[in-house]
Amino acid sequence: MTDARILTEETPKRSGAFSRWLSMLWADKFAFFAAIFLLIVLLCAILGPYFLGDAANKMNLRGRNAAPFHLRHGIMYVLGADALGRPLLARVIVAAQNTILVAAAAVCASALLGSALGLVAGYSRRSAAQWIMRLGDVIMSFPSLLLAVIVLYMLEPSVANIVLVLAITRIPIYLRTSRAETLEIRERMFVQAAKVMGASNTRIIFRHILPVMLPTLVTIATLDFAFVMLAESSLSFLGLGIQAPEITWGLMVSQGRPYLTNAWWLSFWPGLAIILTTLSLNLLSNWMRIALDPTQRWRLEMGGRKNG
Amino acid sequence: MRSFLGKRAIASGVSLLGLIVLVFFLSRLTGDPTNLYLPLDASTEAREQFREMHGFNDPLIVQFGRYVADLAQLNFGQSLRQARPAMEVVIEAFGWTLCLAAVTMTIVTVSAIVIGSLAAFRVGGIFDRMATFFSLVGASAPDFWLAIVAIVIFAVNLHWLPTSGTGSVAHWILPVSVLFIRPFGLILQVVRGSMINVLSSAYVKTARAKGVRSRSIIFVHGLRNAMLPVITVIGDQAASILNGAVVVETVFGFPGIGKLMIDSILLRDFTVVLAVIMVSALAIFIMNLLIDLAYAMLDPRIRY
Repeated sequence: MTDARILTEETPKRSGAFSRWLSMLWADKFAFFAAIFLLIVLLCAILGPYFLGDAANKMNLRGRNAAPFHLRHGIMYVLGADALGRPLLARVIVAAQNTILVAAAAVCASALLGSALGLVAGYSRRSAAQWIMRLGDVIMSFPSLLLAVIVLYMLEPSVANIVLVLAITRIPIYLRTSRAETLEIRERMFVQAAKVMGASNTRIIFRHILPVMLPTLVTIATLDFAFVMLAESSLSFLGLGIQAPEITWGLMVSQGRPYLTNAWWLSFWPGLAIILTTLSLNLLSNWMRIALDPTQRWRLEMGGRKNG
Repeated sequence: MRSFLGKRAIASGVSLLGLIVLVFFLSRLTGDPTNLYLPLDASTEAREQFREMHGFNDPLIVQFGRYVADLAQLNFGQSLRQARPAMEVVIEAFGWTLCLAAVTMTIVTVSAIVIGSLAAFRVGGIFDRMATFFSLVGASAPDFWLAIVAIVIFAVNLHWLPTSGTGSVAHWILPVSVLFIRPFGLILQVVRGSMINVLSSAYVKTARAKGVRSRSIIFVHGLRNAMLPVITVIGDQAASILNGAVVVETVFGFPGIGKLMIDSILLRDFTVVLAVIMVSALAIFIMNLLIDLAYAMLDPRIRY
């Protein structure tokens, strides 16, 4: 999701930018494989349900809790089957869609809203800024579990409502970061100069402040994507998130819990999918922190040792 | 210092007040607890009596007024589920969580600082790469998954440790180790990054040129100056455990505040939910103050 966004964002800027970014990605092998893995996950999320939607829900009672690494029931059963004999490989691939969709939507919503509020709070000196910060404090200390129960009870349990819960709880992160950045950037010389030359507030915010803090926000969003995925999984695990028959990886882990002692694979594979995706996002965000920082970028462009 | 403290207390108080109002009204939206506490075939009169007894019949605003009036006398209400004062229930659970947070964060802090500083000393070396990679893997693993995998391996298959509950030291090993992993990865990264910055500064180069031993360069010259961002992250992580490590406490049946919170929310024990929020808000307020004091102690340039 995220890497695709980065690439498409950077390509139109100038010719050859794409290959430049690609070679910078290649310079950090961990990040390179992370990006490839995320692309595969993304493909699974988009195409999986169309091709495997039926296979993932087909019960096969003779294959209940079938052990992994056997091809007896066909290739789909290579990771084993769940308590109703549904093939785990297909289910993990299909569940990628909800998992990725929820996290992506929540991150986009909270990043947009949070950084807009943060910009206002940092840029205006009026009391509105104080209120926005207090609002952030309240959201931050509002127990997200309670929020989830309230939303689940008041509205239908659906994918959109989980997104709502997660997006609300993540707003303060962007709010605080963008406010702190704005406070710092607005004092810099080029902003002062723009002000003296009579630039309007909108122009200063969108042309001078936003581009400077965008790399930080993008890096945080990548990291947060991983966090939101874990949060959604925990909510689903506790029974407060996505409800069956919809599936996500977190829900699959929780569905496998009763069979843990005799069929570990039910919980193991979706958990592994969560770990690998989160890990890839973390590695990619590490890379982005360097790649999007003009003073550090040489480490990747030079090749060779680049850690630190 | 005093005005700083006052400003802080006022800001936190305002947020807490807003939070209490919000939680009070929003939590009532999640439904009537009567149906959860009385049997299915309870008569209408019994239900009515239950509501009357717990004051659920009055308009919400009257209920809120009564709650605030009680609060002014430090009466936090009765727990619906346990028929005891809500505060008593919460304090009991909070004690457990406080112990859990203290034990976990002590182990996390010590090991992350030692390993992180050593990794920063030779950037790009084998030790550094291993530490970075494994801390990232740790930070990426969902704690509920780690918890159940750990139970399967160490409790069910190997019979080394109990699956859940409290009682002996052995009961603490699994929850602490599972809670350890994510903060450890995060703090290790921050220690490493901050140490790399400090170790490239002029006074460390001077110390090196003077021939100071590398151990004292890392732990005396470097660490003290690299600690400021580290303390911030330690505070954040400790706060998240204090707020209730809900998943880990649920999976291991640990009677802490996280488990209390989710049970109370699911059983609509509103007074306990509010009491939990107040206690954890107070705890986090105190912890943030301690962190600010630690800043001032480490860096004499910081004054409040």
